[in-house]
Amino acid sequence: MSEAGIESRKAPTDAAVAIRNLSKSFDNVEVLRDVNLEVKKGDVVTILGSSGSGKSTLLRCINWLEQPERGSIHIAGERIGTTDDGRAMSVKALARVRAKTGMVFQGFNLWPHLNVLHNVTEAPIHVLGKSRHEAEAHARELLEKVGMSHKMDAYPNTLSGGQKQRVAIARALAMQPEVMLFDEPTSALDPELVGEVLGVIKDLSAEGYTMVIVTHEMAFSRAVSDQVVFLEKGLIIEQADPETFFTNPATERVQKFLERHD
Amino acid sequence: MNNWQILWQARDQFWSGFLSTMTIFGLSISAAFLIGCVMLYLLEGSRPRLAMPLRVFIDGMRMLPFLILAYLLYYGLPGLGIRLDAWWSGIGALAVYHGCYFAEIFRGARLTFPPGQVEAAKAHGFTKGKMFLRLILPQIIMQTRPLLGNQLIYALKDTAFLVIITVQELTAAANSLSGTYFIPTEAFIVVIGFYWAVSIVMEVIIKQCGRFSARRGFDNV
Ligand SMILES: Nc1ncnc2c1ncn2[C@@H]1O[C@H](COP(=O)(O)OP(=O)(O)OP(=O)(O)O)[C@@H](O)[C@H]1O
Ligand SMILES: [Mg+2]
Repeated sequence: MSEAGIESRKAPTDAAVAIRNLSKSFDNVEVLRDVNLEVKKGDVVTILGSSGSGKSTLLRCINWLEQPERGSIHIAGERIGTTDDGRAMSVKALARVRAKTGMVFQGFNLWPHLNVLHNVTEAPIHVLGKSRHEAEAHARELLEKVGMSHKMDAYPNTLSGGQKQRVAIARALAMQPEVMLFDEPTSALDPELVGEVLGVIKDLSAEGYTMVIVTHEMAFSRAVSDQVVFLEKGLIIEQADPETFFTNPATERVQKFLERHD
Repeated sequence: MNNWQILWQARDQFWSGFLSTMTIFGLSISAAFLIGCVMLYLLEGSRPRLAMPLRVFIDGMRMLPFLILAYLLYYGLPGLGIRLDAWWSGIGALAVYHGCYFAEIFRGARLTFPPGQVEAAKAHGFTKGKMFLRLILPQIIMQTRPLLGNQLIYALKDTAFLVIITVQELTAAANSLSGTYFIPTEAFIVVIGFYWAVSIVMEVIIKQCGRFSARRGFDNV
């Protein structure tokens, strides 16, 4: 019996995200090596690691923006990207599972031709098939939550970076995802704008959203995480609760990393 | 009776020529726009076996003088057993020819389209077709608006070539009047006036559309 055969028989858990034996290469360089990670419903997991360690790649595999060569990923019990026998999912099925994740990018990636409200309602209407009325009511709530309801009619080009990112968060939330994925959501922001975005994410964690966050903000990671994961050259070399991770790291590598990021 | 009075009496001929020109222009440019959009969609990645021949076709068209294409459709197609009358072969030639120009304009803008926006669309569960129609195409159109405006004017001027394949449009009207009464200068001055008027109206409309895209941060003047 092949290794893959054994894997596929493992019952999916009820975790929001279950990553098993994930490997990914770019041009024959392994960027992720046999990564295993479970994110429980309602948990916040932050991913730390130095530049090039594979953090973004890991996050982007979760919603299949990158296709791993080996391993499996389940979102709320449903496998993404490939079927159990290893074949590629249909485009439609992939889009449907993808819609169970919400992603927030470093560069915001708002759609500039749509105003703030329509950025938030676009996918619920045209992907989920919600009515405009329902989508707008929900969008208004979410924009209120991220403190952007006063800019509903504004176009993205008139917003500050922090405002754009808060709209991007509302846009992702509007899909009512099982898990929110953040790839360095504050790295493109002026220092004085970082706080407003981190504040919104903290509020979401208090509300029980499941989130996976790649970040370089140590204090934030410590405050918001249920689990901290440290990636090094594509391997998870440490995984712990924030208290243990930040006060008593197991590896010398993490100790050094934390000293540098004080 | 002076020359201008002659032309005034023949105003019905100009008017019907003008109406044909505008009909040909309206139909062919709408079709060309659609063709451009469809070609852009077909050029969207992951279909090299389709994209390559399409690129060659677009480039081939752009390097062809329009007049020759019009000739080919009108005089050449019957040889293949396809017979179109002058009117429809003219419209067809304009549509395909300017469709290729539209496609090329769109393609240029597509190359610099921010990949992050496509990723955001994928991450929100968009599939290719909807993403193209709702997110990519509207932005490409807003961004290329000034070039599209120019292309409209080229297309309008190219309708005049159709006189050669006997389409009864505006230039044909002037041609026939100038031949009948030997007043080429005046006849063509009138026609120039028509072409200018339409061009200027189009310019104004395209400029107005610019305000729409400028508000969204597409500030090509
Ligand atoms: N599309 C790609 N093609 C080739 N190599 C890539 C690609 N994307 C990432 N890589 C490489 O994979 C490795 C991991 O990249 P990744 O972006 O996941 O790192 P990261 O931990 O997010 O780094 P950073 O903190 O700088 O964002 C890097 O060496 C990078 O150069
Ligand atoms: Mg990264």
